[in-house]
Amino acid sequence: MSQQVVTGPEVPAAVVQADLRRAERTDRIVGTIQRQGALAVLIVIVIIAAASFPNFRSYDNAATILIAAAPPMLIALGMTFVIITGGIDLSVGSLYVLGGVVSAYASQWGLIAAFIAPLLVCGTIGLINGLLIAYTRMAPFIVTLAALLGARGLMRAISSEGSETYLVKSSAFRSFGNGSWLDIGYPVWLVAVLVLLGILLLARTRFGHAVYAVGGSQDAASLMGIAVRRTQVTVYIMSGLLAGLAGAINAAKLGSGVTVLGSGMELDAIAAVVIGGTLLTGGAGTVAGTIAGVLLLGVIQNMINQIGNVQSNWQQVISGAFLAVVVVAQTYLARMRRVT
Amino acid sequence: MTTTEAPVFSLPKIKNWLPAYGVYVAILLLVLYNVLFTENFLAWSNIRIQLIQVAPIVIVALGMALVIGTEGIDLSVGSVMALAAAFIPLYLGYGVLAAIIVSLIAGVVVGLINGVLVAKVGLQPIVATLALFVGGRGLAIVISGGQLKDVRNEDFIYLGSGDFLRLPVLVWIAALLVLVIAFVVRRTVFGRRLLAIGGNRPASELAGLPVQRVLITVYIVCSVLASIAGILAVARIQSSDASAVGLLIELSAITAVVVGGTPLTGGKVRVLGTVAGALLMQLVIATMIKHNLQPSTTEMVQAVIILVAVYVARERRSR
Amino acid sequence: MTLLEVVGVSKVFPGVRALDDVSFTLAPGEVHALVGENGAGKSTLIKVLTGVYQPDGGELRYQEEPTKFDSPMDAQRAGISTIYQEVNLIPLMSVAHNLFLGREPRTAFGLLDEQRMNREAAEILSRYGVTADVRRQLGTMALGAQQMVALARAVMIDAKVVIMDEPTSSLEPREVETLFGVIRDLHAQGIGIIYVSHRLDELYQICDAVTILRDGQVVHTGKLADLERIKLVSLMLGRDMSAVRREGFTGFSGQMTGDAEAPPVLRVTDLNSRRKLHDISFDVRPGEVVGLGGLLGAGRSETIKAIGGAYPLDSGDVQVDGKDLKRPTTVAAVKAGIAVQPEDRKAEGIVAGLSVRENIALAVLPKMARFGLVSDRKIDKIVDKYMKRLQIKASSPNQRVGDLSGGNQQKVLLARLLATDPKVLLLDEPTRGIDVGAKAEVQSLIDELASEGLGVVLVSSDAEELIEGADRVVVLRDGVVVGILTDTRVTTEALLETIASSGGHRDDH
Repeated sequence: MSQQVVTGPEVPAAVVQADLRRAERTDRIVGTIQRQGALAVLIVIVIIAAASFPNFRSYDNAATILIAAAPPMLIALGMTFVIITGGIDLSVGSLYVLGGVVSAYASQWGLIAAFIAPLLVCGTIGLINGLLIAYTRMAPFIVTLAALLGARGLMRAISSEGSETYLVKSSAFRSFGNGSWLDIGYPVWLVAVLVLLGILLLARTRFGHAVYAVGGSQDAASLMGIAVRRTQVTVYIMSGLLAGLAGAINAAKLGSGVTVLGSGMELDAIAAVVIGGTLLTGGAGTVAGTIAGVLLLGVIQNMINQIGNVQSNWQQVISGAFLAVVVVAQTYLARMRRVT
Repeated sequence: MTTTEAPVFSLPKIKNWLPAYGVYVAILLLVLYNVLFTENFLAWSNIRIQLIQVAPIVIVALGMALVIGTEGIDLSVGSVMALAAAFIPLYLGYGVLAAIIVSLIAGVVVGLINGVLVAKVGLQPIVATLALFVGGRGLAIVISGGQLKDVRNEDFIYLGSGDFLRLPVLVWIAALLVLVIAFVVRRTVFGRRLLAIGGNRPASELAGLPVQRVLITVYIVCSVLASIAGILAVARIQSSDASAVGLLIELSAITAVVVGGTPLTGGKVRVLGTVAGALLMQLVIATMIKHNLQPSTTEMVQAVIILVAVYVARERRSR
Repeated sequence: MTLLEVVGVSKVFPGVRALDDVSFTLAPGEVHALVGENGAGKSTLIKVLTGVYQPDGGELRYQEEPTKFDSPMDAQRAGISTIYQEVNLIPLMSVAHNLFLGREPRTAFGLLDEQRMNREAAEILSRYGVTADVRRQLGTMALGAQQMVALARAVMIDAKVVIMDEPTSSLEPREVETLFGVIRDLHAQGIGIIYVSHRLDELYQICDAVTILRDGQVVHTGKLADLERIKLVSLMLGRDMSAVRREGFTGFSGQMTGDAEAPPVLRVTDLNSRRKLHDISFDVRPGEVVGLGGLLGAGRSETIKAIGGAYPLDSGDVQVDGKDLKRPTTVAAVKAGIAVQPEDRKAEGIVAGLSVRENIALAVLPKMARFGLVSDRKIDKIVDKYMKRLQIKASSPNQRVGDLSGGNQQKVLLARLLATDPKVLLLDEPTRGIDVGAKAEVQSLIDELASEGLGVVLVSSDAEELIEGADRVVVLRDGVVVGILTDTRVTTEALLETIASSGGHRDDH
């Protein structure tokens, strides 16, 4: 016969209230860690970097970090939406390169073409990804992995097997890439605007809530009346568009459509998004977190460059290590928050 | 309730049979096509090349098939190959055996990490193997100092470039591994348990199977096989390039497994089918190249084939 | 005026008649209980009412007009909302966001008005007794509160009919009172409620009418106040006499085989698990068949799984043959001689893709092997032995288990358990979903095994089967042992009485 009060079928109200308040406090604390963890680490690392490297403290260096972070930020922005819906997009690296080549090629027809062409091409591939994933229920990682291959093939096909590096023919496009306003490059401004739009879209529109719902529970979202498939297709289109745009920006900066960029942009994007607090299993995450994640990886890369004779590939190792730690931590944090 | 006798060539019957045996038919047709329309197809020199190229993919695919059999996936195999490749030049100075052992240990460690993340922490396999997918290759490049290193140890090179009874040693090793894995799947307690866990995990738990132990072992086996593939790749090209070894091999491995008839939902492992799947993809690519299709086109065709194979396999999900 | 009605509806699945000529009426403002054991057709009926399934025969009428719901969205838009036992909301999103998903209030600029959402959500939910911060993640709240949110959302969407599927299964008594208050409110607003539950106390407290389903048919419908509890329970559980005359009694011999003097082969002490099990204790002596009786949700399956190491226990002891089961894992339980046959053989029992051979040998692979290599010969011997003894009908031992009939699948499972040479067999619904002939075979097999000295724990929602098969019956209700029937008290009446006995289970333990 049970003598204890708490485990019996009847629990006094006072005990329940105290439990509830404790649970709410834990929830708030854990939730904050989940959301702002990356920002905290970023601040710490920036302080360490500023203290250790004199070069780090200059305005120029900050500008360098920001400019280098612009394309990955766009890609990670799109990736954020995709991962929150519970999916993944491994094709963005290829789309990035493809976007650059297409943009350079199309620049012969002017500034507008240099932007529109990569958006069209990469957006279409994103559309195909989205349709396959939403309507045939094939796993996102395999669909987008195949798209990675296909997009790469396409890129090689239009650049004569990768041998042709198209030069950007539009001077307007080039000045976009290299010009600045208030000492901050145009591309950075563009990215900043898009990122802000992204924040609003995700947090303050019905579409944004639909994205969270689909990732949180596809079945429940469907039962609650959300157009699940339409949401899924949209995020993959967005991801494709942003990757293509990132490639175009890069082409504008470099002045050509480079075909031999290192692969792995998609992995960096995924790492940044996850480190920023977005759950790989979907349903939670923020653009702000992704910003912190991208900047964090950018700062680390910058630090590695400062050290000089250390392998620049340490960045990937650190990404991977961070990723592992964050994913495991998120799993345990999430378990702490659940009541049952 | 009685069922009526189904006609022999009915559509549903073919649909059931296609994912499992379609690969053999496809190979047959492709070989036929090549015999007829590709010159020098049956030449020994050509067959050698095809076998040499497909061997590493087969080895990795074997491990992938085992993992997929438990309803999991291992995205880190390419990075493991890179790691194995990175360690070889560093330890060849201590002897071939030492270098190989170090590379294999790297594989064991990676597999252990993956396995623990999946079995004990409870992460989804994609998520669990993603960390090494992202960071593993970078680690390999760092370890190798970012440089392509030539490998000149005669004994070691023999493994990848030498011949034994007219067949490349590489191919012998791959064939041996195929037999070993097939044996493990069919005749060992571990193999039977693997299939049961992939087929119905709660049932396996209730039956008292050591599920966590089996899962961890599967991921270790997969990584070790990837290490072996990495070692052989280095032996073959006689140099270790951590940034290139095994690039995108996870895609080839998964395609081989899926095309070969092993379901992504777990519970069944078709070892021979996996080998056939790898051979088929190799043949497809070789055929396209021989007929002067650009590499870019072959890539795009490959992508389409992968999608089709996964789509057809997916239809069989009849739970 | 009736609100929602099905007339003569049937629904057939391959091999199973889930609903057979079912008629059901819901009046506006009525709280109508829908009652029946597993497999009785409750969930199928609900799925027909909410557009998940389309009826194969008969008609659906909504507000007196014949209707068809092609999809759940259709039904929802018409005003039929469902609150499921598993909360079908988004656990990772906030309470307010869940409440307003799809119809979030917007500001002048077209952006979502977060402040207004939170404010209105707090206000709405306070009426449902939920005072938690609406910005919290839904999944971090107690299940009871989550269900309130689901209910609030349903009502917000202008529901005219609310279907509640086991709404109180995870609620504290306090929360149940709040729910009832809400239900009375809805009732006053003219909203019709279909209340699916087996908790008799609650039914009698809150419901006006009742419809009882059994084996896909309506066995009773009418005012709840006119129906005695014991009649209700017997209608739910008992087989009607004509069926008994047709099918004959069970395959159980009815003889007791338990050895009253011997020390217990299984002793379970004070099993406690969160909200599900409370201080469950009982013994099983060698050769004894102990039945676990009770309604759905009483905790029978959880008790069995807990003994087998497959259900998390907060505290409690399990002893086999006097030895403590140290680690609560399935591996340890099987080693100790405990064999569990789960309720859901498809999901947790058979590995459908493997053969009969593989399934039978699954739990004893190490014994069939040397140096890790499986000996097919040893397996063949065992498989042969059990296929003969249990009369498993398959085209060969290599036939895929998924292709066998339900009865044979069950026998394969039993064979697997027996192959481990167990001391105790825990059987959860061993004859569910199998034909009469196979049922009798399995039942007489259980008798045989008991007479050979095995201890058996038997769960069955077929009262006749339970009474005939068991030597003693431990009756559970809401996770608590409410009575133990022995000797002459092992009768259907006593069982039904013990289960049906009203009130007080919350106060007197």
